[in-house]
Amino acid sequence: MDTRFTDEELAFQAEVRNFFAEVLDEELKAMLHGGEASTQLEEGMIEYQKRLNARGWMAPGWPVEYGGQDWTMTRHFIFNAERAKAGLPAPIPFGVTMVAPVIYTYGTEEQKERFLPRILNSEDWWCQGYSEPGAGSDLASLQCKAERDGDEYVVNGSKIWTSFAQAADWIFCLVRTDNSGRKQDGISFLLIDMNTPGVTVSPIETIDGIYHLNEVHFDNARVPMDNRIGEEGKGWTYAKSLLVHERLSIAEVAESKRNLEQVRELARAEVNGGESLLDDPLFANRLAEVEIDLMALEFTELRVLAAAAEGGMPGPESSLLKLQGTTIQKAIQELRMDVAGYYSQAQQGDLSSSQVGHDFADVAQKLYFRGRASSIYGGSDEVQKNVTAKHVLGL
Amino acid sequence: MNFNLSEEQTMIQDSIARFVQDNYDYDQRNKVVALEHGFSAEHWQQFAELGWLSIPFAEEYGGFGGGPVDTMVIMQELGRGLVAEPFLPTVLLFGGLLQAGGSEEVKHELIPQIIAGQLQGAFAFLERQSRYALTDIKTRARQDGVSWVLNGEKTVVLNGGAAEKLVVLARSSGEQADKNGLSLFLVDSSAAGVTATSYKMTDGRDAANVKLDNVTAEALIGGPGEGYALMGPVIERATLAVAADALGAMESLNAQTLEYLKTRKQFGAHIGSFQALQHRMVDMFAACENTRSLLYRAVCALDARDEDARRSLLALKVMVGRSGRKIGGEGIQMHGGMGMTEELSVGAYVKRLMIANTLFGDADYQQQRFSALVNAPVKAAAAVEAA
Repeated sequence: MDTRFTDEELAFQAEVRNFFAEVLDEELKAMLHGGEASTQLEEGMIEYQKRLNARGWMAPGWPVEYGGQDWTMTRHFIFNAERAKAGLPAPIPFGVTMVAPVIYTYGTEEQKERFLPRILNSEDWWCQGYSEPGAGSDLASLQCKAERDGDEYVVNGSKIWTSFAQAADWIFCLVRTDNSGRKQDGISFLLIDMNTPGVTVSPIETIDGIYHLNEVHFDNARVPMDNRIGEEGKGWTYAKSLLVHERLSIAEVAESKRNLEQVRELARAEVNGGESLLDDPLFANRLAEVEIDLMALEFTELRVLAAAAEGGMPGPESSLLKLQGTTIQKAIQELRMDVAGYYSQAQQGDLSSSQVGHDFADVAQKLYFRGRASSIYGGSDEVQKNVTAKHVLGL
Repeated sequence: MNFNLSEEQTMIQDSIARFVQDNYDYDQRNKVVALEHGFSAEHWQQFAELGWLSIPFAEEYGGFGGGPVDTMVIMQELGRGLVAEPFLPTVLLFGGLLQAGGSEEVKHELIPQIIAGQLQGAFAFLERQSRYALTDIKTRARQDGVSWVLNGEKTVVLNGGAAEKLVVLARSSGEQADKNGLSLFLVDSSAAGVTATSYKMTDGRDAANVKLDNVTAEALIGGPGEGYALMGPVIERATLAVAADALGAMESLNAQTLEYLKTRKQFGAHIGSFQALQHRMVDMFAACENTRSLLYRAVCALDARDEDARRSLLALKVMVGRSGRKIGGEGIQMHGGMGMTEELSVGAYVKRLMIANTLFGDADYQQQRFSALVNAPVKAAAAVEAA
């Protein structure tokens, strides 16, 4: 039992740290609005992703033949940790992390050649078409249908909660190609060009005031059969296998560590009745409580990684990563709001945050409201618990 | 990076698990704790023969030279099996203190006796007013020629009834709550002026109050005033051990509760089919895994003498208290009326976990210390740190 890095791993850590320090120059910092965990589609993200790609590190998790790195799990862990420490976000996941593994695992050679290089180079932006107005946590009940007509599918229906559909070139969709059997069996995996006639996007206003969510409608949209991944009716299996790729950093431990330190420093500087907020034992203990949970989660993640590194199946504890990761993220966002106090509640208008009270209040507010979604998307907390109860505990 | 046990550690684990399997079902355990001193001398002898008592001691005293991981492995199995024999008080506390500060003469004389299973010991540190503050000590030690004479009363001395020798924490100088001026003394339980009054802890294990009335100590352990510094690392190791013991108990109680959910039927269905219970069982599973993760974290940090060790250990002890309370409370609730009975071992596990919470400082206390360490509040946190 040993968690020390080897000399070789320490050297790699230094290399990665230097790389991110160089990547995040003043120009990029400005483009990323200071480098604070932006996940918006914007010029800064594109520039950042292109720099990653130039170094060969846009998609280290991919197989080497498609542009990935032959890294150990520990190296992946170090890479992600150093990236988060530098204050840089992961690449926008829909292309590189979510659809690409399905393409390189189940796609044809033509599909791989057509899509993977453009994802690496940030030329194509992707969005995800899974949820529907009538299919949220019960995703397999989805009804958006694709009917064969010659060598095309005719797609009709709607997808909802589609992040960044407004800027996407492509959407990867789960569609229903068969209604006769078990609901999981009649689902296929389709790649749809967003410029296809009959595809329309309507925005959804959200409580964080950031435009990222949409509804995507398909009205007799004609999609070539060539755009189907793998076999018809196997889409559910493909989509589920994708979750394994998300597991690596799903807990966002490094990001939470950084955010927690930021909140602590904000609280240290915050004065209430002449005393630092950190001297308020209630606040300090809440901060401590979250930190203890985070320290536990950090090692839960290491346990999962260590098991994966040895080629074993991830242990039952891996089912907790998302649930506990988002619980902690939300708690830190709440603390940040509490540090901002009154000022956290002001909407930005003619006066800036710092004129109202605190320059960090606006960020606190956005992180908080956007963060409420984390325990809903990607399998809500309740779904996570259902899955753990069934598959881990055998209930 | 790996979380694997060595071959030797796996062997120790297997051998304790086998012992528990053969000797420690719930009825057998009840007979053991009903014995005088709350444990079986035969079992203890068996522990010695199997070599378990030697594991934490240095090789030069006949030990195995084991580290924190070895201690963890042993204690986790003992906790899982609700084993009542006094490994913590005799080997880890009493033996640990001797090894940390005893003279070579004392070590060479006594440690082999512990390893052979021939000597029971205890660490008498707590007093009625102390609560979790290890420095709040009134027992006085005064020098009388070459010897030290002790006066005071110690309480909740684990294994205090069976212990033939004690290490006593006493004040050789300074005021009641001073960190300085604390010293450790080796005391023979049969010495004139020592009165031990035994009682049971809630889970059937044995403790005692020990009155010291002009007792002449056999030896000073370490130098005068070095008590606080000497016992720190020993208590750290013991805290880790208590956490491992608690983790074993949590695993076992969770397994028992899960089994009950799968077999108990109400309203025509297994109660484990009810989502209200499923989600709570997942929370209990998570509480156990969080404890395991922090235990591994602390054990690796202590093993590597990492700077993160202190923070990890405090976090661990908080989690032991928090998770133990959740798993214990829910374990009773999910067993319904049966959880209230002595027929099942549920209650014994709950009590074991509650004792683990209090040992060396409960969750609230440790969380405050943790907070003082990590938040370094602007105002001096000295008061908390001093403890």
